[in-house]
Amino acid sequence: MKNGVDASAIMKKYEVVIGLEVHAQLLTDTKIFCRCSTKFGAEPNTQTCQVCIGMPGVLPVMNRKAIEYAIRTGLAMNCSIAPYSRFARKNYFYPDLPKNYQISQYELPLCEHGLVEIIIDNEVKRIGITRIHMEEDAGKNIHEGKGDHSFVDLNRTGVPLMEIVSEPDLRSPREAAEYMKKLRGILRYLGVCDGNMEQGSLRCDANISVRPFGQKEFGTRTELKNINSFKFVEKALEYEIKRQISVIEDGGKIIQETRLWDSAAGVTLSMRSKEEAHDYRYFPEPDLAPVVVGQDWIAEIKKSLPELPDEKRNRFMTQYGLPDHDAELLTVERAVADWFELAVQAGSQPKAVANWMMGDLMRMLNEDNKSIEDVTLKPDQMAGMLKMIDEGTISGKIAKTVFEAMYRTGKNAEDIVKEQGLVQISDTSEIEKAVDDILAKSPGEIERFRAGDEKLIGFFVGQVMKATKGKANPKILNDLLIKKLRV
Amino acid sequence: MKLNEMTILGLRKLLDKREVTVREVVDDVYGRIDSVEDRVKAFITITREEAYKNTERAQEAIDSGRASLLTGIPIAIKDNMCTKGILTTCASQILHNFVPPYESTVTGKLRGQDCVLVGKTNLDEFAMGSSTENSSFHTTRNPWNLDCVPGGSSGGSVAAVAAGECIAAVGSDTGGSIRQPASLCGIVGLKPTYGRVSRYGLVAFASSLDQIGPITKDVADAAAMMNVIAGHDPLDSTSAPVASPDFMAALGRDIKGLRIGIPREYFIEGMDQDVEKSVRDAIKKLEDLGARAVEVSLPHTQYAIATYYILATSEASSNLARYDGVKYGLREPAKDLIDMYMNTRAKGFGAEVKRRIMLGTYALSSGYYDAYYKKGQQVRTLIKNDFDSAFRDVDVIVTPTAPTGAFRIGEKATDPLQMYLSDIFTISVNLAGVPGISVPCGFTREGLPVGLQIIGKHFGEETILQAAHAFEQSTEWHLRRPSL
Repeated sequence: MKNGVDASAIMKKYEVVIGLEVHAQLLTDTKIFCRCSTKFGAEPNTQTCQVCIGMPGVLPVMNRKAIEYAIRTGLAMNCSIAPYSRFARKNYFYPDLPKNYQISQYELPLCEHGLVEIIIDNEVKRIGITRIHMEEDAGKNIHEGKGDHSFVDLNRTGVPLMEIVSEPDLRSPREAAEYMKKLRGILRYLGVCDGNMEQGSLRCDANISVRPFGQKEFGTRTELKNINSFKFVEKALEYEIKRQISVIEDGGKIIQETRLWDSAAGVTLSMRSKEEAHDYRYFPEPDLAPVVVGQDWIAEIKKSLPELPDEKRNRFMTQYGLPDHDAELLTVERAVADWFELAVQAGSQPKAVANWMMGDLMRMLNEDNKSIEDVTLKPDQMAGMLKMIDEGTISGKIAKTVFEAMYRTGKNAEDIVKEQGLVQISDTSEIEKAVDDILAKSPGEIERFRAGDEKLIGFFVGQVMKATKGKANPKILNDLLIKKLRV
Repeated sequence: MKLNEMTILGLRKLLDKREVTVREVVDDVYGRIDSVEDRVKAFITITREEAYKNTERAQEAIDSGRASLLTGIPIAIKDNMCTKGILTTCASQILHNFVPPYESTVTGKLRGQDCVLVGKTNLDEFAMGSSTENSSFHTTRNPWNLDCVPGGSSGGSVAAVAAGECIAAVGSDTGGSIRQPASLCGIVGLKPTYGRVSRYGLVAFASSLDQIGPITKDVADAAAMMNVIAGHDPLDSTSAPVASPDFMAALGRDIKGLRIGIPREYFIEGMDQDVEKSVRDAIKKLEDLGARAVEVSLPHTQYAIATYYILATSEASSNLARYDGVKYGLREPAKDLIDMYMNTRAKGFGAEVKRRIMLGTYALSSGYYDAYYKKGQQVRTLIKNDFDSAFRDVDVIVTPTAPTGAFRIGEKATDPLQMYLSDIFTISVNLAGVPGISVPCGFTREGLPVGLQIIGKHFGEETILQAAHAFEQSTEWHLRRPSL
């Protein structure tokens, strides 16, 4: 694959097949098999005990809350919940794994056969969930700045994890990213995971292959690891697709292997081949009883589930008359959806709230790398501002300035408008005076306008707005201009 | 009679009546240790200082009328149970310096009653063996004949009790490790139902088979110890959430009409004649006491040893993975991580432990799992079913505990298969998860003890204690002591 033009044509010959394995840390207060705290960021090895350190003779005791969280997730992702599931040992040696086996689930996972909906090009697409199983997290090795020694921090050891495995249903990096976003949204709605990829509470491995369109069999896949931010989900997959296609186009073969995403270099690198893959020697964990989940418990958890993103999206469409794009965007995050509804409840037009949130508010949040929970601006303050627009107190254009000031300072729109003197001028004679001033200075433009260049109306509006610091009531201004220019 | 020769219940009376002091008891125990331990070698660690320290507290409890069953009683603990602040080695070089920062549930219960902890006893490394010859420290001797093994893996605990170096002890039994040495040393050893006693803090060999139990001079003491150590433990998910009975209530009940099963597969041709005669005599004795002997069949007995050595080694290969030099215990210097793992484990583990880790690793490997581990689990179910169906017709099952009396040190050490066969009568009991007790029932011509195994239903400890006690009280085998 040599140059750009050819490349894009060649790329189009191939269908991409992606399945994701997502690890989500559960928001339980204590670890999965002992009572140590799961809080992030403590001094190394201060949140450990004999159990999570893997002392001789210790035994795991199941954290019921962790099971409950996994069942919540399974139900929210339309899985069937196994009445009988089992833990297994996954055996491998690594210093961050104190027992040198990880307690996980293998043959009988807790949740299976689910699905999650994403929206791609205004179409609903269903992504199958193969399984959700539970396991314990490993610790962290620390190599930097320790001379020729490495150290191990076992605070994270034993933090409960869910592994959510998708079917190979994703057909592009964008779909993968949308799916990740959806998963994160659901997990956060449920309150079972904070979804923070940078801190590692949400992690993603991707299985990816390509095949010529029309081919039935999957191509040979590679597994990508270390995709530790949302930004990198798409980037890593895009890189890997190009790499695989170029290997095939050059007459090579894809090797089944695990590859590591190097975010600094923007490439994936071979980590280990299939031949070097571990034999994990899974076998049922003899220290734990099988997990038996009664129908009563499932029913109880089901009853406690909050409204989920898809339901909420559908409701937003019917209840507020929002287009599906808006409804989807506003419901991915529960906090955003709640904010929206509070603003509407405070008396605003739903579509107006949606526009302001998806436009100015999200832009500013993105710029500041903040989430909606971080801002002091309250929904009823936005409602107050929208009311001032409706009542003609401020123009929509001025409102942008007002809104940004509200966002920055947390002050009410009324106060900002008063302080900065931004009240709209609706006094016709005052505006007429400004219009007359401008017209007097612009004989050339008037002539051209009257000769048919009606686009020049924008020029006149702009000049008057400039003179009135944007405060002129646009409707009155427009009417005046047309009246005077079309004489 | 010296105080160290007495039983728990005998001493309890004397202590509570203030006829003797704890200190006098402890003096006699350590006096005995001073005179015989260099020949018996039952202990890895002797905790004399701590024992004397606790003497006062125990005496205070007795004086103020707060004595429990084991207050002031000198007890020895197999060195594979974690004791906070006291070296716990599993007789392995890989844990030669390991001092646990926490207490096992069972030792916590014992120490909570202010028993006097005499010391930590020798065992086959990680409880893997039937003779204590696999200890990386030393081989324990059979008090009846110092040239013979005491059996294993709880050989240290058993020898200490038999030699009068403590009043009672606890051991662990994965395939016979309490009962077989008890048989070889002429004392009582009980393996409870799987799940009856907490495993928390017992260094795991094979998690689905390990069980802690009492090693005592008579049946009444075994029942007394069970009253202390049994019961559900929230820290052990495999401990059964069932109420613990008063095990001592079973003592003294007659056994008229008790149906005892004699499994035909356990009385095979070529079996040691002295053992067979002692066990046949014992069955007759039980019948004389009113029991009815019935032949039963445990048809999958012949697969028990193979099944055991697949399942136990599989679990062990994973359980022993944590000894890697990273966190505690031995760490051998090396140029990199893999080398550290390999050097540490090469030096830290003995030959039998390595053999079992390799066996288990192989049995769990992809491609072999179905043929070995999975098949083993299926056969295990069949063996359990054998017992379930036999117990529809009988109340207890009676067998020899071990196929021979004590063998000579070195005799089987180089032949693992011969060694494995010494557990042939005890292994099925662990696979089935049922309880079993060994009581003295005679002697071989060489003057070595023979044990009778009485096997019960799940959570049927009371019945086997009842039968064992009735048998014991009508014989005198348990009163004999080795002359050291």
